[in-house]
Amino acid sequence: MYKETILKKFEPRLDNILYILHELQDNNEQHYVSKEDLKLCADYLSVPYSFVHGVATFYTMFSLTPRGRNIIRLCDSPPCHLMGSGSLLDYLKNKLKIDVGETTKDGVFTLELTSCLGVCGVAPALMMNNATIGKLTPEKVDAILEERRKSL
Amino acid sequence: MNLEDLKKIREKAEKDIELRQKKTRIKIVVGMGTSGIAAGAREVLKTFVEEISNRNLLDVVVTQTGEKGLASQEPMIEIFEEGKPVIVYGNIDKKKAQGIVENHIVGGRPVMEYVIEAK
Amino acid sequence: MNMVRNHVLISIDANTIIAGARAVEDALIKEIARQGLSQEIVVLETGSVGIEDQGVVLVVYPEGIYYTNITPAEVPELVEEHLLKGRVVHRLMLKETPKRFVITKEKTGLMKEQPRIVLKNCGFINPESIDEAIAADGYQAAAKALSSMKPDEIIAEVKHAGLTGRGGAAFPTGLKWEFASKVDNPVKYIVCNADEGEPGTFKDRLILEGDPHKLIESMIIGGYATGATKGFVYIRGEYELSIERLEKAIADARSYGLLGTNIFDSGFDFDITVMKGAGAYVCGEETALIESIEGKRGHPRNKPPYPITAGLWGKPTIVNNVETLSNIPEIILKGAENFKKYGTEKCSGTKVYTILGHVATPGLIETEMGTTLRDIIFEYGGGIKDGKRFKCALVGGAAGAFLGPDMLDVKMDFVNLREYAAALGSGAILVMDEDTDIVDMLKSVLHFFKHESCGHCVPCRLGTARLVELIDRIAASKGTSKDVEGLTRISETMKDTSFCPLGQSLILPVSSSLKYFKDEILARVQ
Repeated sequence: MYKETILKKFEPRLDNILYILHELQDNNEQHYVSKEDLKLCADYLSVPYSFVHGVATFYTMFSLTPRGRNIIRLCDSPPCHLMGSGSLLDYLKNKLKIDVGETTKDGVFTLELTSCLGVCGVAPALMMNNATIGKLTPEKVDAILEERRKSL
Repeated sequence: MNLEDLKKIREKAEKDIELRQKKTRIKIVVGMGTSGIAAGAREVLKTFVEEISNRNLLDVVVTQTGEKGLASQEPMIEIFEEGKPVIVYGNIDKKKAQGIVENHIVGGRPVMEYVIEAK
Repeated sequence: MNMVRNHVLISIDANTIIAGARAVEDALIKEIARQGLSQEIVVLETGSVGIEDQGVVLVVYPEGIYYTNITPAEVPELVEEHLLKGRVVHRLMLKETPKRFVITKEKTGLMKEQPRIVLKNCGFINPESIDEAIAADGYQAAAKALSSMKPDEIIAEVKHAGLTGRGGAAFPTGLKWEFASKVDNPVKYIVCNADEGEPGTFKDRLILEGDPHKLIESMIIGGYATGATKGFVYIRGEYELSIERLEKAIADARSYGLLGTNIFDSGFDFDITVMKGAGAYVCGEETALIESIEGKRGHPRNKPPYPITAGLWGKPTIVNNVETLSNIPEIILKGAENFKKYGTEKCSGTKVYTILGHVATPGLIETEMGTTLRDIIFEYGGGIKDGKRFKCALVGGAAGAFLGPDMLDVKMDFVNLREYAAALGSGAILVMDEDTDIVDMLKSVLHFFKHESCGHCVPCRLGTARLVELIDRIAASKGTSKDVEGLTRISETMKDTSFCPLGQSLILPVSSSLKYFKDEILARVQ
């Protein structure tokens, strides 16, 4: 089972917890850390379940609920906000017919907000899964969504 | 690692770079920082590599570097050619990259429309 | 004093450089000297003069004669005839003088010469090649430090250079290292804070992605100077490429023996581990970052004890920012005196700024400490976009202050800005034009803090939530003037009572926006 393999990659030391949670989430088909994952992690590191739960909920990159196949994280920090990320957010919400934190009915996209991605020179920007994309316009957003749908 | 080793590595690296330059007529450097990539640098890099290999241009090298700080001009590329000014192109996309290979790399005429600096 | 008779402007832009302007310029200067005219004729570089496809262009003043298609071969004739004898060379002259000086493709502001110490190699070397890094002076400073300097000599040099922390707090780096070196403990750690989360800041990312070996080298030197044998680089989880490139660089450095045991035969052992964050702004605070490395929720710790005495796993820990560390090789290689040539008396060296928002050319520059906001926005940033007017700039990230037109000419360094109740912070400069809605921007800033408040202390947890309620009401034109007063009152209380700098710094954006735009904000309430 892949989860065992992930755990074995790391020594059972507490300072590996973020790496373990990252890998469990990245390899989960629904891109989240399940209760089962938290339990596995707690047992492996010999810490209480509540401790791992506390860590996982503290950091915004971890989700404890299932997400879509593609995760859109739109930057809403002041620099992107100034360059129009607000209207892009409305555009995305309308287009996908979901609110922030929700997943489309077909399970293809989850819409989230993120803090500064550090590409403010090409603002507004978003992350589509692991790829950062900047200089966004509604047309470019359309093309990105289309490209992801096609690759299903 | 000791001082002597570092000196040797440095000398070898410098020699390698020089040797590569001798074999190379033109070096295309694509800015591959996150801003560049976010603006489409991966596709630009891919286009250059494809165009160069399709045309079998053995004396042209495509390589990468980090960001310079001129984010609004990303994707940015630089063309180094022996004895000529370095040409910096900005806001490059797939089509423009093809145009640059055709006109500049093969034809020897920089595409002034996309040039943001020469030095 | 000699009278200058003529100015010769040589157009230096992409078109003319390709046509050979540099060679003409050299020839011109040499010929003028040869004919003994150096005192009377001044050669000046200018941008494009609006004449294209006519080769190298010269303009001779005061006559205003344009010469086009000039090559070095024509230069002697031109100098002798026009500049010495005052006879216009009609053959080379442009027949129809352009009506005005049209600037078509001026050198973009960000391409202006910059004194680059930290970013010297960024955008020039291949960051994935250790050989290219070494050929560009990489590891030379580490070699010098480990083979010919004692730890206290290194610390003395860094202290003398006057380097201060570039993460925002501006603590003297040399002093921090000295404290650390004097702590008696066989185990010490050096941690590089690369949890760059301040909105609008990406200077550390450029270094990590563009020149990762510089950071490794700096940490080797820092470790040797302070007695730390283990280094950690804590990078925020969103910086995928930075993590990837630094990990490759560390592996390459290990394979060359630049990390590991007995580096440069000095008997000094050192290695570095990369830690990946997972999205928490507060981890930029050094004790929260230490907690996070230990695998806990990133809550800030009580101080004292400071990390210098009891940090990571209770051991003495030096925490330095990426930009701070990246200054070290230059200081070691060229000496403190050279470093002090840059910057102001109180803050030496350079600062990396990100210029963002409504400017013509957003991006990143490295320039001397003490550069004014005006120079940064108008010289480097190319001025306000679309010909609009400057309204204000949010300087120092979200935890910074809004600065209005009266601050444009203040010399910016860590010490000086503090006197104006502002902060240089991370060096992010978010520029806003006249059409910007200040309430909307303040709302964005406050929402950011509400999201990033870690929940550890009550003033920050409740204060940020309450501030968001108030600003949302004001933005929706449903607030009262009491709500506006509430913004100040709450952020002041937070300044006095919050546990860590996150909650303490909201006063900066709140009070500065009210200082400049109180009327605009009040106009939104009943």
